[in-house]
Amino acid sequence: MSEEALVGLFVATVQFGTLVFLAALGELIAERAGVLNLGVEGMMTMGAVSGFMVGLETGSAWAAFIAAAAVGALVGGLHALVSVVLGADQVVSGLALTIGGLGLAAYVGRNVVGERPETKFTDLGIVGLADIPWFGDIFFNQPPVVYVAVLLGLAVWFVLTRTRWGLALRAVGESAPTTDAVGHSVMALRSGAVMVGGAFAGAGGAFLSLYMAPGWTEGMVAGRGWIAVALVIFGAWRPGRLALGALLFGFTLALQPRLQSFDIELLGVDVSSISPALLGILPFVLTVLVLVIISWRYRHRPSVAPAALGLPYRREER
Amino acid sequence: MASENADHAVWLRGIEKQFPGVIACAGADLRVRPGTIHALLGENGAGKTTMVNVLAGVYRPDAGEVWVNGQRCSFHSPADAIAAGVGMVYQEFRLVPTLTVAENIVLGSAPRLLRSVEIEERVAELSAAYGMVADPTRPVWQLSMGERQRVEILKSLWRNASVLVMDEPTAVLTPGEAAELGAALRAMAEGGRSVIYISHKLDQVVAFCDEATVLRQGKTVATVEDLQEVDLTSLAEMMVGSSEGGYVDRPPAMEAGPEVLSLQGVCALNDRGLPALIDINMTVHAGEIVGIVGVSGNGQKELAEVINGLRRPTEGRVTVKELDITGASPGDLYGMGLAYVPEDRLGVGLAPKMSVVDNAVVRSYRSQRQGIFLSITKCVKFCQSLVERFAVRVGRLNDPIAGLSGGNLQRLLLGRELAEQPSVLVAAQPSRGLDVQGVAAIQGHLVDQRAAGVGVLLISEDLDELLALSDRLLVMFEGRIVGEYGPDVTPRTVLGSAMAGKAPK
Ligand SMILES: Nc1ncnc2c1ncn2[C@@H]1O[C@H](COP(=O)(O)OP(=O)(O)O)[C@@H](O)[C@H]1O
Ligand SMILES: [Mg+2]
Repeated sequence: MSEEALVGLFVATVQFGTLVFLAALGELIAERAGVLNLGVEGMMTMGAVSGFMVGLETGSAWAAFIAAAAVGALVGGLHALVSVVLGADQVVSGLALTIGGLGLAAYVGRNVVGERPETKFTDLGIVGLADIPWFGDIFFNQPPVVYVAVLLGLAVWFVLTRTRWGLALRAVGESAPTTDAVGHSVMALRSGAVMVGGAFAGAGGAFLSLYMAPGWTEGMVAGRGWIAVALVIFGAWRPGRLALGALLFGFTLALQPRLQSFDIELLGVDVSSISPALLGILPFVLTVLVLVIISWRYRHRPSVAPAALGLPYRREER
Repeated sequence: MASENADHAVWLRGIEKQFPGVIACAGADLRVRPGTIHALLGENGAGKTTMVNVLAGVYRPDAGEVWVNGQRCSFHSPADAIAAGVGMVYQEFRLVPTLTVAENIVLGSAPRLLRSVEIEERVAELSAAYGMVADPTRPVWQLSMGERQRVEILKSLWRNASVLVMDEPTAVLTPGEAAELGAALRAMAEGGRSVIYISHKLDQVVAFCDEATVLRQGKTVATVEDLQEVDLTSLAEMMVGSSEGGYVDRPPAMEAGPEVLSLQGVCALNDRGLPALIDINMTVHAGEIVGIVGVSGNGQKELAEVINGLRRPTEGRVTVKELDITGASPGDLYGMGLAYVPEDRLGVGLAPKMSVVDNAVVRSYRSQRQGIFLSITKCVKFCQSLVERFAVRVGRLNDPIAGLSGGNLQRLLLGRELAEQPSVLVAAQPSRGLDVQGVAAIQGHLVDQRAAGVGVLLISEDLDELLALSDRLLVMFEGRIVGEYGPDVTPRTVLGSAMAGKAPK
């Protein structure tokens, strides 16, 4: 395998990693507040189409990125309304969001299918570092969204662990009645978390349609939203592990299309003969594995999963 | 008007609150003077918790006024009540198990930026100032119930509450811890705070409290200005509305039958993987009630679970009528004549959202079959006979059971377990939280079962109940059986010190 191909593989790993990281980080925020949102795929798709269209219209990648985040937040707000405010089943509402989001995106974007983008993010060569062989290209010559994602990850970690809002958010994900009784608004915390989460997913979608696969085609998110949902579990609801998991999942995503062109042997197996489809299920297999390990390790103490995940709250009900 | 109210730390006036199908409060009043400990008394279901939840801003009353420290208040959320100075220690604690003590205490009024060391220091100072020991760095799930309660009180103190509400605070405490709590509350009252103390343990109320309000069926039926001047019986009368009550008399001793249940060297772990049962040896004979005495949390729950196949013993043998049943499933055990009334009625015992019929047949559905299908007619018939035999007051048989009162739930549960004439009955806290008639009915059934030759293992926290019903008493402490006593000869003080682990071996 050529050196170039190998660097290419790792460059793509970081980009795919960023894509699923952004969406998963959003889902992590919602889930830490106790709201399961299975609408990630739908929110990403809506972000992808609206980001692309705003990009076409304004010619500014940043405006497109922010618009996509706003659309993601709005779509997430729908989930918040149905499942947090009205207390409907979160699984049903989330699935509806995915199905509805895919359909709506197809409708909204029907006239821009196949259009050539006039704008996209360009790689951001970080002065002095981008020229380092190998590492320069992989880490320091990436589109700005990659660095934004890193900053967002740090910010989420900081807010969750070091601020009163983070404390309240973690508390509401563990026990809504407790959080309510100390005077926080359960509805505001959870709705806010779901909307911010939606913004992250929408932004992830825009990264796809404005950089990784510039343009808009139906179904272009292609299951990465589901990988993000799995990644939250894989990352045990912790931003740091989420980042590591994102790189691992990003690697499998980057490897998939390249696998066939690799003429190397691993453990006596010709790598190019492995089906990419098998690689596609690897993230989910790993997630199940991690779930098994977590359940075993935490059998004698409270689980790492937010205890109130999926449970709606109404104050006067018991 | 205002001057009259200014005298009161709390004045709840004409509070009405209705839930679907129940009137919890029907115009109840409560006045608390500043600097006093005020007992709020009443039987289960009298509306005590509902009243204080109105005060804490959790429930919005349908009618009535809330005054705190002379101000008319209209609480839209707990945040409003906290701002007005109300601190509440809920009957079921409101703590986040995965967060630390310090995080739980500051939750809701934390500084914008959390510096854990600084917060932990401030919490440590607070707990030192009030003499309530609590390690601020420990996660709450590791704490005992007594420690959790201290954290709850510290939470209110952190917010500088002027009114502290304690809903049934001693239900989870040992007698020693309860006395400590009394002293701490007294110190707070002397510091000018007011305390509302909900309980139905009358002896404690008289020991701790200055004045009292008695609720019955959602109405205030009596107020007591000076608790030292009334006697316990008249208080009890006020609560139940009649002087009867108390416990079913223990039936005359019978010749013990053959051994029906025995445990030999049984050890088991609790949910946290720590030893919960250590070398338990005991037997129950037919026609005998064996009472397990102990403060809850000393292995009683695990004992009941091991016998009923819900927890695997790590060592030892359990036999029913000389059959080794160690490790058998609850379904098999039911077939072998083991009936179980678990402590957690609505979680383990019954399924709240299922109908009366479904709950009634869920144990014995195999007998209600028609070919491979369940016969609805048979099910309904079976359920009707249960309902009649055990005097369960129900609405429609197809409605979910969640709407039933505690006493009726327990009658239904007991009836279901006893439907197919078991030989062993394990009953955990069967009369806890029931009203007087409910307690009498349940205890009556236990005694009937004994007369019918069933071996009954009665696990209870109510010493009077155990003394009244049991033929033998076994005391549990920290997972061991530390003593065996006959009910007639044993003074309560001996049992009390055995419960606290001070039994002569
Ligand atoms: N959130 C609720 N929903 C429905 N019914 C309730 C609720 N809270 C209390 N009740 C009912 O109101 C009555 C009074 O309950 P509660 O105030 O808890 O009594 P107490 O604390 O005196 O035992 C009971 O019949 C109870 O079942
Ligand atoms: Mg109560």
